[in-house]
Formats: sequence, C-alpha cells, structure tokens
Amino acid sequence: MAKKETVYSVRDDIEEHLKPERIKESDVVLEVKGLTKFFPIKKGFMQRVVGNVRAVDDVSFYVREGETLGLVGESGCGKTTASRTVIRLYDATAGAAYFKSSSLSTTDEPVIVNLMDLDQEGLKKVRKEMSMIFQDPINSLNPRMSIYDIVAEPMIIHGQVDSKKNEQTVISLLDRVGLRASYLRRYPHEFSGGQRQRIGIARALALNPKIIFCDEPVSALDVSIQAQTLNLLKDLQADFNLSYVFVAHDLSVVQHISDRVAVMYVGKVAEIAESDVLFNNPLHPYTEALLSSVPKPDPKYESKRIHMQGDVADPSNPPSGCYFHPRCQYAEEICRTTAPEYREIKPGHFVSCHRAEELELKGV
Amino acid sequence: MKQPLVEIKDLNVHFEVRDGTVKAIQGASFDIIRGQTTGIIGESGCGKSITAKAIMQMIPRPGKIVKGEILYHFRDKLNPSQEEIINITELDPDGTRIRKIRGGEIGMIFQEPMSSLTPVYTAGYQIGEALNLHRLVPQKVGDQMDTAIMEYRNVTKQEAREIAIDMLQKVGLPKPHERVDSYPHQLSGGQRQRVMIAIALSCDPVMLIADEPTTALDVSIEAQILDLMRDLQEREDMAIMFITHNLGVVAEMAEDIIVMYMGKQVERASSLKVFYEAKHPYTRALLESIPHVGKRDRARLASIKGMVPSPFELPSGCVFHTRCPSFMPGKCDVIEPTWQEIEEDHWVSCLLYEEV
Repeated sequence: MAKKETVYSVRDDIEEHLKPERIKESDVVLEVKGLTKFFPIKKGFMQRVVGNVRAVDDVSFYVREGETLGLVGESGCGKTTASRTVIRLYDATAGAAYFKSSSLSTTDEPVIVNLMDLDQEGLKKVRKEMSMIFQDPINSLNPRMSIYDIVAEPMIIHGQVDSKKNEQTVISLLDRVGLRASYLRRYPHEFSGGQRQRIGIARALALNPKIIFCDEPVSALDVSIQAQTLNLLKDLQADFNLSYVFVAHDLSVVQHISDRVAVMYVGKVAEIAESDVLFNNPLHPYTEALLSSVPKPDPKYESKRIHMQGDVADPSNPPSGCYFHPRCQYAEEICRTTAPEYREIKPGHFVSCHRAEELELKGV
Repeated sequence: MKQPLVEIKDLNVHFEVRDGTVKAIQGASFDIIRGQTTGIIGESGCGKSITAKAIMQMIPRPGKIVKGEILYHFRDKLNPSQEEIINITELDPDGTRIRKIRGGEIGMIFQEPMSSLTPVYTAGYQIGEALNLHRLVPQKVGDQMDTAIMEYRNVTKQEAREIAIDMLQKVGLPKPHERVDSYPHQLSGGQRQRVMIAIALSCDPVMLIADEPTTALDVSIEAQILDLMRDLQEREDMAIMFITHNLGVVAEMAEDIIVMYMGKQVERASSLKVFYEAKHPYTRALLESIPHVGKRDRARLASIKGMVPSPFELPSGCVFHTRCPSFMPGKCDVIEPTWQEIEEDHWVSCLLYEEV
C-alpha cells in the first residue's frame, strides 16, 4: 500500500501578526515573522522555571533569492540562536518562518510552508534545501570520517546511495571549492583551517540547497585565508543562485558580503537595511555606536568613537522600554518606559527606535 | 628622543620535534622604544607570540633560543639616570632576576581572558598575587627608604587589596569594591580582560606585552579596551608591544609596525609608512586582502594565493616566494633576501629592493 502523501501548506488559523506578507513576492525565499526563542532558567529540586533568557525576541526578517542577509551584533545578542531556530535545530517558543520549498511540493511550483509547523518527515525533506556552515572548522568535521564520507553523508541520509555517483559528485564539489580529488580519502586533521572550512562548504553544497546559514564562517581564519573563503562564497552564490544568512560579528566582513544587513541587540532586531544604506546612513543609535567602534585600518583616521556606557543588557533581565536605552546617548523619557515598535521607515529600511525619524546619525 | 627599552638582536628560536626542526623565529632584530607602541602583525604561526615569550624567557619546551640577544635596558626606579643592560637570553629562566622582570617590570596580557585567570581565585586575589610578588611599598612622605629593604620587601595583604581596588577603578570596572571579590566566571569577557590589564599594570611595568588582547572580544568592548590601554600608556609612559592579526587594531594603536611571515620579519616601518607605502609584497597583499568598512566597492577581495607553507619544509630563498605576486624566477627561490634599511627607518627583506 502506498503511503499517503502529506500535503504541506500554511495553516489559516495562525495569529494575525504572524501571517506571511513578503513570502508571496516572487523572489523572497524565506520570511521570518515574530520569531521568539526563550530558554527557561530552572531552579531547585522541582526544576521550577524561575525566568527566561530571552535569546530571540520577536524577530522578523526576510531573505530574497540569491541575496545575502548579514546578521550582526555583539556576542549573546541571539544571532546564532535566531538562525538555528529558523532551521529548527531549536524549537521556537513562538513565531513563524515561511519558506518556499520545492521538495515538499507535489507539483512543479514551490509550495510555501511554515517551518515551525512541519512534522519530522516534512522537516527532513525541507532540510535538503537548507544547510549550514559552522564557525569552527576543526570541531565541525568528524575526525574519524574521511573527506569523502563527510561530504557524501548528507546525500546518503537523503537517500542518494549510489556510491559511484556520489563519488563523482563529491569530486566535483571538492573541485568547486578548490580542493584536489586526491584528498578524497584523507582525514580532517591533515588539512589546514582554511581547507577544512572549504570541506565544510562542500558538505553544505552537497544537496544543492537554496539557502545556507553561515554561522561565523570566517572568524576562525587568518586574514589571507579569510579573503579566499569570502571570494569562494561569493562565487558559489553567483553560480548556484544561493541565498545566505550570514551571521558574523566582524562588520567589515559583513558589509563586504551582504546585500542587506540586520543588526541585533539583546534578542531583538534593531535595524535592517540595504548594506550600503545601513553603513552610511544608520537610523538606530546602536548601529551608529557599533560602526564607530570598528577599528579602521588607516593610521591617519581619527577615531570619533561613541562610547557605549556599561555592558550589554542581560537577556534574562532586560531593561524596561527600549533595551538599548541605558547605553544610548540619545535616550529620552519615552525610551525608558515604552518599547519601540519595529517599523518600516523607508522602503526596505526597518528600525525599532522611537527617535529614528528625528535623529541624524553618522555612518562610516 | 627614541630610547630603546628592549633591543632584540638576531633572535633565532628553534623547536626540535620528532619530525624535524621548526625554525619558529629566524633572525628577528628590532627595538622596543620607551613609551611607544610597537605592533607586530602576521598570520597564525608566523612567530609573533614566540617573540613575545622569548622576551619573557617563557618559550615552551622543546623550544630554544639558539642564537641572538635580547637586551633589556633596566633603569632603577629610584635612580633612573643609570641604565643597566641585561641580556635576557643569558638569564636562568627560573632565576630570581627574570622572575622580577616577568610580570613585574614587563607585564603581559594574553588573548583568552577566560583561561588566563585562575577560576578558583577572586579577581582581587589575583591582582594581589601579582602585587605581592612584584610591587614595592610606595614611598610615603618623601623620605628615602633604604633601598636594600625595599628591594626585598613585599606589600602586605591589606595594601595589596587597596591597590587592587584602585587598579580596578583605573581600568574602568564598575563598582570595584564589589568586583574585587568576584570570581572570573562572574565577569563578562570584557570585564575579565580589564582584570587582566589591571593585573599586568598593577606593578607599574615599563613595558606591556599585549598578545592579541582584544581578539576574543566584541567590537564595542574592543574599542573600550584599546582606549583604556592608550590612556594608561600616556599616564604611565609605558612601552607596549602589541601583537595582533587585526590590521585595523594595529593601525589605531601602533607607532611602529613589524610584519612577520614564517618566523621572519619581512618589513618594519612607522605605521603610516606600512599602511601607505608598504614595500614588501606580503605586506601589500595583506593590506589588500581585508575588507574595509565603509568602502563601497564590492569587488572580490585580493587574496594571497596558496597557503602558509609547512614549517618543516620552508621554501628555499625567500620564504614568501611560493605565494608572491612579484616572484622573480631564478632569484627569489635561490637567494635569501637580506634585512636592510631602504629608506630612513624603513626596513625590508625583499629582493625587489636589492641588487642581485
């Protein structure tokens, strides 16, 4: 008896503010709406929940086809958690993530699904279309598996078990990322950091994904290797029409690779805009302060740094109103009491700041 | 007036391991100037950190200084006009003299603030530890105390604690009276790095070795730490040896820059010259390979082709010739370039600037 095909689609009974908007546009592949992930803090014998770490708090963004969305922010701001929650490595506390999936579609047209609603079977299918590149090229490769095994593993998991064909695919993938076919039977420890990151990239490409979540892919690499890897990622994007969600803390790298950039602060998106717009005309004071802290590789440059007072807010006990107000030099009474609304100020430029319209902020 | 504090002359450090000899440093020669910041840049494995460790006589086994001198110009704080030159390479690594220099006269900050602090002691205790070992009682009411007593007297526990609180205040840690009793895990990365700086500075060092002090930190915290180091340098007139691979950081901090590649120094000049008139192809390639924030063009980055060669099989001739865009066949792979001054205070080791 043939197994009944589940038909995947978006539920109608979803809350109003989580309903999809952008995903219906032809070139948007992923739309995240109100994504929230809290990690409970448990205490005592009964494991009572005494609080929540608000790692990701009502985050919304979208990614177009063939584009790179950079996610920046200080450590602990939830960039990694956000990307991991989208691909359901963590289960979201609330929110929706709409994805245009071909593998779940019964017709030729891709179908829009809410990743947060998918069952295990659907999830497995849809994960063919999304993959990940990790920060640490040493720990993200199994030391006991050869390069062939590592790169072919996703194919085998997804039912491509013809080893001759797989070997051909792996060789062409290695060739594509600039590694020789003779490395096929070698093990990760025989490679340098940059080469290992290439292996990780080849593995991410193995199933011909639509979107790749890159979690700090170059921060562990040396400057010259970093440039090679960034160039490779750009070439691959052009060749395969890939979308990237590029998580990083190095602003110069993010600006270089991203078409649009989202700045996160304590679990919330402070600002999203086209990369050039965000770097030249930021609208959120946090973006301005972050940009001013980047050390410029130019000894003639006189730094006009904005000093942010104190430390990043504690996500388990965030301040009232706007989370950034204790460190913000423009804070007013309203910032202390009311949380700002996340709104589109100019087309494609989203900000959550009360004073975004009136402030004149400096870019780089 | 440039007064050298530490002169490094033809330093060679080798590691004898089973697979052969790793020449970690080959012929490094440079001066650290009093009150100035010297930046050392290069990729991982180029010998930056080993150079710093050599100055402290802390090279891990099986590493050995096989050749060269490290001359430390010691000035007694009580009698600063007299200078005594100490060759650090000749000191016993466990001897009393080097232990006074290490952490006392020359302070050090490491890259990873998490693992550099002992987790079971409070921040205050750790600063106190450094103080007990090194700091002499500050002179009160101008009466000249007997030098001999001072030389061997440590501060009391109470005084050390007071100085610890004072230091924490200086490095800008909020609520130093409470913080002095906190353990490292209760502090954030930036706070821990401040404690490290407080420890390094608690003994009024004449020189601070900062080995990638901000690499593990966020840009906003990095900016705070860099400003702090500059402030303290101005106040205390301290020399800083700043090791990093971040060209932005070095541009901001350093007056002089030394570029290292595979254990060799390839270029040395003032910061301005290195960034605007770099001579060595490696320096130029390094500068071109970084993305600039605020620059509009989205072209590909110029990357250096290939990879850093294996330390066991160093290329013949110039170590960079395998990756060099200006490679001259028959020359670069045969002749080893010499370290020479091509302009005033601009040193390069490259055959492009030599007659061969």
